[in-house]
Amino acid sequence: MADDKNKIITASDVHLFYGRFEALKGITLDFAQKDITALIGPSGCGKSTFLRTLNRMNDLIPGVTITGNVMLHGENIYAPATDTVALRKEIGMVFQQPNPFPFSIYENVVYGLRLAGIRDRRVLDEAVETSLRQAVIWDEVKDKLNQSALSLSGGQQQRVCIARVLAVKPDVILLDEPTSALDPISSGQIENMLLELRDEYTIILVTHNMQQASRISDKTAFFLQGNLIEFADTKTIFLNPHEKETEDYISGRFG
Amino acid sequence: MHDDIKDSLLKKSRATRSEQRGRIISLTCTAIIVLIVISIFYFVASKGLATFFSNKVNVWDFLSKSIWNPGSTDSHGSPQAGALPMIIGSFGVTLLSAIIATPFAIATAIFMTEISPNKGYKILQPVTELLVGIPSVVYGFIGLSVVVPFVRHTFGGTGFGILAGTFVLFVMILPTVTSMSVDALRAVPRYYREASLALGATRWQTIYKVVLRSATPGLATAVIFGMSRAFGEALAVQMVIGNAVLLPHNLISPASTLTSVLTMGMGNTVMGSAANNALWSLALLLLLMSLVFNLLINKIAKRGRI
Repeated sequence: MADDKNKIITASDVHLFYGRFEALKGITLDFAQKDITALIGPSGCGKSTFLRTLNRMNDLIPGVTITGNVMLHGENIYAPATDTVALRKEIGMVFQQPNPFPFSIYENVVYGLRLAGIRDRRVLDEAVETSLRQAVIWDEVKDKLNQSALSLSGGQQQRVCIARVLAVKPDVILLDEPTSALDPISSGQIENMLLELRDEYTIILVTHNMQQASRISDKTAFFLQGNLIEFADTKTIFLNPHEKETEDYISGRFG
Repeated sequence: MHDDIKDSLLKKSRATRSEQRGRIISLTCTAIIVLIVISIFYFVASKGLATFFSNKVNVWDFLSKSIWNPGSTDSHGSPQAGALPMIIGSFGVTLLSAIIATPFAIATAIFMTEISPNKGYKILQPVTELLVGIPSVVYGFIGLSVVVPFVRHTFGGTGFGILAGTFVLFVMILPTVTSMSVDALRAVPRYYREASLALGATRWQTIYKVVLRSATPGLATAVIFGMSRAFGEALAVQMVIGNAVLLPHNLISPASTLTSVLTMGMGNTVMGSAANNALWSLALLLLLMSLVFNLLINKIAKRGRI
C-alpha cells in the first residue's frame, strides 16, 4: 500500500442516507495520488453515490445525511467551515451524460476560469488550447471554437466537458460512467485520454464496463449494496480476488 | 376458413371506422376555427382598409399625423385620421410596463425555481393564478381610485396618463410574465446546474451565468407575451389613461391608446361612415401588432430550441 504522503483522499466510515434508506454503509477507502481508481459494482450499489460524496454533490439532493469523514489533503471536507465552492475547484467532475452548456465550445472551456475572474484574453485562449489538447479534441474543434458545443457529437461533447474540467486545473477528477452514453470508438478515445492524464491528475472513475476498469485503472474498488467489498490493485481484483462476491461479479455469475 | 380471414381483412374494422369518425370530427372543428379566424381577419381588413381606399386617407398620414377627428375633413377633403397619439400611447404603456415588469417577474421566477422552490411554489403559484383571474375592470377600478390619485399627488397633473396606465398594466401583466418565466427557468435541464456547481460556481453564479443565459429565449418569449397582453388591454387602460387624443408631452398628461379610442368611439359612429372606418383601421393596426408579437414569439422559440 502507498504510504500516507501519497494519499490524496481518505474516506473513513462514510455512511449516507437518502431519508431513511442507507445507501452507503460505512465506506473506508483511500485514493493514492496520480492513480486511476475504478469503482465497479452492479447498479444501485452506491458507487456513484460514493463518488458524489467526494465533491459534496450529494448536498444538492434534499433529504441526504452523511456521516463519517472524507479528508482531502488532510482536511475534512465535511467540516462546517469547508467552502464547497473551493472544494469543487480542486475536485472536478465529469458526468454520465455529456452536459456541455448551450454556449460556444470556447465559452464552455473557459467557464471555470471566468468564474475565477480571469479576463485576460491571452490566458483564456491558452487555457482553451491546452485543455482541448489534453482532452484530445483540439484538432477536431480548433476551427469552430465559436460554434455551439451542442452541435458536436456525444463523444466530442464529453471530451469538451473533460476539457472544461481540466481548464480549472483540479487535483482530482471524478468521472461518473463517462463513456456509458457513448459508442465504443468514442469510449476508446476517452480511455486513451485518461491514460495520458494519469501523470498529472488523480482520477476516480465509476464504470459499468469491467473491461474498461481492467484496461485503464491502477486500483479497483468493488461495491455491493452500499458496502465496499474489496479494494486492491486492479490486477489482483480481476485475476485473483479475495472475496467470493468479487469473483462472482467479475466473472458474470452475479445475480 | 380462408374466406373468413379474407373478409375480415378486406372489411373495415370497428376500430378503423371509429378512427375515421374521430378524424372527421376533429378536422371539421379545426376547419371551423380556421374559417372563423380568416373571416375575422377579412372583415377587419376590409373595414380598416376602407379608410385608405374609400375615404382616401393617406397611410402615412394615418401613421404620422396627430390630429384625430375622422368625422371632419381637412383642407384636402380627406378625413382627419392621424393615429400617432394613440400609437405612441399604446407603445408607451406597453414598453414601459414591460420594462418595469421584467425585473420583478424574473426575480420572482428565480426565487420560485432556484432559491426556494417549495415555499415559492406554495405561496406564489396561487397568488399568480389569482392575479390572472381578476377581471380587467377591477384592475381599472383600483387604478382609478388608487393609482390615479397616487400619481396625481406624487408627480402632479391630473394623475391620468401614460404613467397611471403603465402602473396598472404592470400589475396586470406581472403574473403572466412571471409564470411564463418560471416555466422557462424550469425547462433549464438540471444537469446544466450540476455541471456549473461541479466546476466550483456558486449558486448565484450558476443562476446568472448558466440558468438565465440558457433560459433567455424563454424569458424573452415571456416578456413579449406580456407586451402583447398589455398592448391589447382595453378596459383597465381606458379607465386611467385620460382619453385625450393628443400627443402626450409627458407621462402624466392625459393620453390615449389604440384600444381606449376604440372602446370610447365604437358606440358613437355610424357603420360605413369615415369615422367608423377609421376605428376599424385602429382595430386592423391592433390585429397586425398582435400578429407581429406572435411572429416574434415563434421566431424566438425556434431559435432558442436546444
